[in-house]
Amino acid sequence: MKSLGSIRRSFAPWADPKSVPFIAVKNVTKKFGDFVAVDDLSLNIYPREFFALLGASGCGKSTLLRMLAGFEQPTSGEIILDGQSLAGIPPYKRPVNMMFQSYALFPHMTVENNIAFGLKQDGMPKADIAERVDQMLKLVKLDKFSKRKPHQLSGGQRQRVALARSLAKRPKVLLLDEPLGALDKKLREETQFELMDLQQELGLTFVVVTHDQEEAMTMADRIAVMAHGKVVQVATPPEIYEAPNSRFVADFIGDVNIFDGTVSSVGNGTVEIATETGFTVRVASSEPPAVGAKAGFAVRPEKIRVGRDRPACAPLNAAQGEIWDIGYLGDMTVFHVKLKDGKVIKASSLNAVRAVEDPLGYDQEVWISFDENAGVVLKD
Amino acid sequence: MSKFGSALFNRLVIIIPYAWLLFFFLIPFFIVIRISLSETAVAMPPYLPVFDLASGIGGFIDNIKQFSIDNYIWLTEDALYAKAYGSSLWIAAVSTFLTLLIAYPVAYGMAQAPNTIRPTLLMLVILPFWTSFLIRVYAWIAILKPEGLFNQLLLTLGLIDQPLIILNTNWAIYIGIVYSYLPFMVLPIYSSLEKMDHSLTEAAQDLGCTPIRAFWRVTFPLSMPGVVAGCMLVFIPAVGEFVIPDLLGGSETLMIGKTLWNEFNANRDWPVSAAVATILLLILVVPIMFFQHAQAKADGEGR
Repeated sequence: MKSLGSIRRSFAPWADPKSVPFIAVKNVTKKFGDFVAVDDLSLNIYPREFFALLGASGCGKSTLLRMLAGFEQPTSGEIILDGQSLAGIPPYKRPVNMMFQSYALFPHMTVENNIAFGLKQDGMPKADIAERVDQMLKLVKLDKFSKRKPHQLSGGQRQRVALARSLAKRPKVLLLDEPLGALDKKLREETQFELMDLQQELGLTFVVVTHDQEEAMTMADRIAVMAHGKVVQVATPPEIYEAPNSRFVADFIGDVNIFDGTVSSVGNGTVEIATETGFTVRVASSEPPAVGAKAGFAVRPEKIRVGRDRPACAPLNAAQGEIWDIGYLGDMTVFHVKLKDGKVIKASSLNAVRAVEDPLGYDQEVWISFDENAGVVLKD
Repeated sequence: MSKFGSALFNRLVIIIPYAWLLFFFLIPFFIVIRISLSETAVAMPPYLPVFDLASGIGGFIDNIKQFSIDNYIWLTEDALYAKAYGSSLWIAAVSTFLTLLIAYPVAYGMAQAPNTIRPTLLMLVILPFWTSFLIRVYAWIAILKPEGLFNQLLLTLGLIDQPLIILNTNWAIYIGIVYSYLPFMVLPIYSSLEKMDHSLTEAAQDLGCTPIRAFWRVTFPLSMPGVVAGCMLVFIPAVGEFVIPDLLGGSETLMIGKTLWNEFNANRDWPVSAAVATILLLILVVPIMFFQHAQAKADGEGR
């Protein structure tokens, strides 16, 4: 697996201007009556990429997936797959397969026949079908269950059958609609890694729709964060998390503290923002906004230090407050700190040692502080 | 309710259908069988022997000894009965098939309709029941007779030169049965189609089926429970149907319901009509029991 990891690390076709996208979504709009589900959306997905469409329900991610599968036709715009326009091509002629959220297993067929279904439609010889079905059953570790009907399987097993069925035809692209939504947390986490290994092993392009950011962060090479039918940001999970391009993305992915303020000075690669909370932050910024502009500052809880002593950087990037709430999660502790003006911020610290002498307690006066590169400037 | 009370309640609830079956099916059925084993008599009731509590156990045994299967032998000797059974089954089978052909698309259309208008469509299917069954069958006489609405329409359109003879033929019976029993076919099929997950047909298409193939390989097989239930609800009463063949059928139409009516009322031969009814029941029940047995076995195999 080590080699896979290293391939993965160097896998970034989107950064290479010479690489050709495998799926190109060009200015696609989809309307249902007056409702605009997908709004002039453009996206490139590269071969062998694990691509996630992430967003709240109703953001248009499922509609986009259904347009890729052919169940919906774009109102305008075009989708190109492997150099070929998909316009007017019905679902049954597209070289893509979909794994449905409900799994959509045929209840009247055995596991075996479910997996063989697509192959039979293609008129594959019987012996080849049997061989491929066997191979698929082994891949998803269900060889012992081939004669069962879907209702005799557990949720996790059904999910595997659905996966095997959608992979049996060796599609160019596998579309996954909330593939792990129906599984419990532990099984979901295991399956995430299995899906990733499977995708690497088969060398397929996966497009997954999910509302679960953890799932998207774990599995995807790149994530498209969607809202109101538009893509807000497309980036790798670390970029999405550490450098959100907007307030929406910063807020949607993970926990964040946002301080609003006005740009007071712009220096050498840094910008200072006088926040409404009453302290000034100095942030590293390559494209700083103009002095006097409204701007926000976003910083993640784990990048905020909480301590009793006045930090050296004060009054820059530091503020005083009192501990309002303490949440002990085992691996880390979350502090809610109430600042002087009443704003409550979240800070978390890793519990790297088992016992801390004189831990911070409720109602204690503390300082919060962070580094210049701990957060990002939000221009919107 | 106390625990004991709720256990008692649960038992009572289970007893009700069995009690119903006992009092309104099994006991009457045994009375019918018992009459079918008797012989006709000019008396009241018009058969012998008649049980009498006063005659005691000895009299009871004597009476049992008088039972004979002569009536059943009589049914095999006169070809009329076999013909009536055969033609009843045939007419019922053809009618059931025609009903299925019409009802399936109707049910499918209803299941595909937007959620908001489904209750209205459902009500429209049930609407004919608001008028008396007899009146609706009589209305068909007016429609189908030589100078009736249907012939007038065809004549006016110039499709035919002289009226078609439909009334008093088997075609009129088919029309009558299909019309009368259509809702019984539509409703079970609709209910099986309606609860089907739409993503199943999408999955079939995704895996390479054209919409038509997806229908035959996924939708139709999954609607089979509804189709079977609908066919039984039409076929079983249609075999014994009396009113429709009597009003719409012709003199040459031979159906067992009519034969039974004749034996019972015109001939006043209760034992023979009881035997006719018993055989009819066996013809219907035995195949259904085999079918259900096979079905249960097939279900069990998958486990």
